[in-house]
Amino acid sequence: MRIVVDRDKCTGLGMCEAEAPDLFEVQDDGTLKVLNDCPGSADREAAESAVMACPTEALSLVED
Amino acid sequence: MSERFVVVGASLAGLRAVQAARKAGFSGPLTLVGGEEHLPYDRPPLSKEYLRAGEEGAADPTFRTEQELRGELDVDLRMGTWATALDPAAQVIGLSDGGELDYSAVVIATGARARTLPGTEELAGVHTLRNLDDAIAIRAALDAGARTVVVGAGFIGSEVASSARKRGLPVTVLEALPVPLVRSVGEQMGRACAALHLAHGTDLRCGVKVTGLTARDGRVTGVSLDDGSTVPADLVVVGTGVLPNTEWLAGSGIQLHERDRGILSDATLCTGPPGVYAAGDVTHFPNPLFDGLLMRLEHWTNAAEQGALAARNALNPAEAKPAAAVPYFWSDWYDSRIQFVGIPQAEEIRVVSEELGEEKFLALYRRGERLTGCISIDRPAQIMKYRRMIMQRKSWAEALEFTGL
Repeated sequence: MRIVVDRDKCTGLGMCEAEAPDLFEVQDDGTLKVLNDCPGSADREAAESAVMACPTEALSLVED
Repeated sequence: MSERFVVVGASLAGLRAVQAARKAGFSGPLTLVGGEEHLPYDRPPLSKEYLRAGEEGAADPTFRTEQELRGELDVDLRMGTWATALDPAAQVIGLSDGGELDYSAVVIATGARARTLPGTEELAGVHTLRNLDDAIAIRAALDAGARTVVVGAGFIGSEVASSARKRGLPVTVLEALPVPLVRSVGEQMGRACAALHLAHGTDLRCGVKVTGLTARDGRVTGVSLDDGSTVPADLVVVGTGVLPNTEWLAGSGIQLHERDRGILSDATLCTGPPGVYAAGDVTHFPNPLFDGLLMRLEHWTNAAEQGALAARNALNPAEAKPAAAVPYFWSDWYDSRIQFVGIPQAEEIRVVSEELGEEKFLALYRRGERLTGCISIDRPAQIMKYRRMIMQRKSWAEALEFTGL
């Protein structure tokens, strides 16, 4: 599983960080840093919550 | 008995409710009733990106295609239809097309509508901004170069003012209170927001009362004030709050708040009768995270989270979970982003940025010994860290230490 960020859609609202602080962190300039873009199965639920919570639908999960 | 799950209201909360019902494994008939003709669409862009100038036209804010809703989620879509009555004893909902829907569970997500200036509904050039059709009309007026007057310096009105200024149009914002937003975020924060308007050439006038509109040939020409002056206008956008859409619940026995007629739900979003839940802007709920403080939120994240939660709770009331989130909203003004987490009702508000000599605004809100709110302008990296601290019920002392004070 890999996390993909659509940088054109992301505006750094931070809901992903709220849902999954181990995976995402918004930076001072508002850009999103993915802390771990290939999370293990333990983080799957948090990653899915982050995708669902994003107000701009900028996140997706890709199965490799 | 019917196995049907009905969601009344087809905006974000309603969409999340049907999605969550399917995700929770509900495979029975699922009906989504929406008063607008449009499929569910996203509202935050309507006062922001949607109003931006551009040759290519505005981006479509629709969340999901009809194929995704009807096909993949197997939702019985009833767009352009609104609910007219609820009978919890018979478990039947009346519809505007004369039909009826029986149900085993229902989520009420009828939201709220914008307040209007009484007597101006028929006047061309006067709008509220709540629906896609409102945004289409306002965008067209901005395209035509309208002299814009916004009534109410709240978040929606201020976003419209920002969008009009970005196009270089003259904009006046009229606010009845001496400081904008003073009731929702406090006086110092309100002043910081007012400064954004002034820095971008918007004519913000506080402490003025609108007495009426002037018009010619059925079209607005200006806004009259109590000092006898008139502000010329081709476009008037009224942003003076909302009214929950609950008239259709008259006679249903569903309890409504005496002040604004919003629904009164319990912490699990149950409205009282079995199987009847509510979500989003339409309902008050006691938030356990803030000692059961009753709140009705008009936020994107609240609608999304409560829509899903109300559906899950309606399908499995024995294991219903409370709505216990930290409220969060954002607003984009000019090139700045305002973000708020928590609740504004505070015993103390400290403007931390001022004390630290920092340029970008940051204030913390205290109730008792707890951190209960945080607001910032252009500090996107920090706001979710404060949200987490509020969720974890961190003390005021811990919060101040985190700021570096």
